[in-house]
Amino acid sequence: MKSIEELQNEIVEEFEAFGDWMEKYNYIIELAKTLPPFKEEYRTKEHLIQGCQSQVWLGAEYLDGKLYFYADSDAIITKGIIALLLRVLSGQSPNDILNTELWFVDKIGLASHLSPTRSNGLVSMIKQIKMYALAYKTKYNL
Amino acid sequence: MINIESVRADFPILHQKSYHRSIVYLDNAATTQKPQQVIDTTSEFYAKYNSNIHRGVHFLSEKMTEAYESARKTVKQFINAKHSHEVVFTSGTTESINLLAFSFGEAFIHEGDEIVVSEMEHHSNIVPWQMLCERKNAKLKVLPIKFSGELNLIALSSIITDKTKLIAISHISNSLGTINPIKEIIDYAHARNIPVMIDGAQGIQHQMVDVQQLDCDFYVFSGHKIYGPTGIGILYGKEKWLEKLPPYKGGGDMIKTVTFEKTIYNDLPFKFEAGTTNFIGAVGLASALKYLEDKNRNHLLAYEEELYHYALNKIQAIEGIRIIGTAEKRASIISFLLGNIHPFDCGMMLDKMDIAVRTGNHCTQPLMKFFGIDGTVRASFSFYNTKEEVDYLVESLEKVKKLFA
Repeated sequence: MKSIEELQNEIVEEFEAFGDWMEKYNYIIELAKTLPPFKEEYRTKEHLIQGCQSQVWLGAEYLDGKLYFYADSDAIITKGIIALLLRVLSGQSPNDILNTELWFVDKIGLASHLSPTRSNGLVSMIKQIKMYALAYKTKYNL
Repeated sequence: MINIESVRADFPILHQKSYHRSIVYLDNAATTQKPQQVIDTTSEFYAKYNSNIHRGVHFLSEKMTEAYESARKTVKQFINAKHSHEVVFTSGTTESINLLAFSFGEAFIHEGDEIVVSEMEHHSNIVPWQMLCERKNAKLKVLPIKFSGELNLIALSSIITDKTKLIAISHISNSLGTINPIKEIIDYAHARNIPVMIDGAQGIQHQMVDVQQLDCDFYVFSGHKIYGPTGIGILYGKEKWLEKLPPYKGGGDMIKTVTFEKTIYNDLPFKFEAGTTNFIGAVGLASALKYLEDKNRNHLLAYEEELYHYALNKIQAIEGIRIIGTAEKRASIISFLLGNIHPFDCGMMLDKMDIAVRTGNHCTQPLMKFFGIDGTVRASFSFYNTKEEVDYLVESLEKVKKLFA
């Protein structure tokens, strides 16, 4: 398993190849299709993170010291960005997740998607991921 | 005819580059841009006349008070109110409705009474009435709409009962552009002695409003949606009603005398203008209204309508487009869905192509529920938009379609 730092660097490198916004967003749309299949059991009210613009569903599972996330959105761009976030955060330990700063988002020019003024559910999703990490850290005394 | 280039020259923001080109601003239902005249008036008043109104004996205060009261007269003339004191300055449509919901509610709403709104209302014309109903144990009733996005007027006779105390309805739907037959509703209501409040947030921008001809009891709107500054709005109310309503906020300027035992309220309209009002906003609003009249508002509206039909024809012709709201009478607001593309995705990509539209539920969740959708993309046009911009929007929508194909 690559570290969060390595994964962030990897994504930044990928995005350096794009010449304009079209290519970049084309890639994000492609990424949306690569998101691991959503576990339908998480498509419930309890797992819904409601943004004003798009909705996000998020479930978490703990296995052998690592946290795995399953997420989906009704909007494709949001889903593509979720794919990037999960690539970095899913499968990491609760401590690593809690101590991580997601600097890659800014580097690849997507920071505006994660600003609190964009009510697309992504900011709340990251908060929720950190909450899961904190909950499991506390539960297992990590 | 209007000279579109010279009109556009009055709006500095339209010449500003966003990402690649000058911005194509199609979010006029959310707020309108300001002509240089309004920007100049606002800064001139800060630079030369800023002083609190109605309070000072000095030169500046007198100048500012004069300008504020003259702004009230300008608004009075613009909507053809009978008296200047029927024009109350507020912070915007939302505050106007909250003021009315409180004050009208205190005076006239009792347990079991009913207030009628429609299914297409903005949350601002739902929630204040809901809050009032909770406070007074009254009932909020909803006039349904049809799939065309028009009010179902036939239902009026069953929705309105002898308990109905007020009808609060929008002039023009912010989500669909439907122009409601408010005159008809007002006449129907008045025949049953029921007062009517018109939410003119959109109406004021697209229609000539004559409150005496309409005979509405209240008409509310925001300055920023009619090319004026933000933070200033209007509550128009017939004198006979405003006189009967208690104040909404207590404070300075709304009183005649204060003792700890009893306060005597000031006359209209000051009774409703507690505290320091947005007096420079009021002057800015007057400047915007004068701008519209100087440019000949009839010509501006005629051009806007022509542009709207041009846009509607072009957008309708896009394969896979679904226009939400197909009322016969519509203002220049077009809500649509592009194939199965999520409105947020569509809006994001249009933004990348320097086009500003609004996406989402437009603060009309019950209306979206009626259509069984989560939201729409909304393009709303003003007289400073051009046919070239419409063409660019259509080209860009085709690109968006390809991206998500």
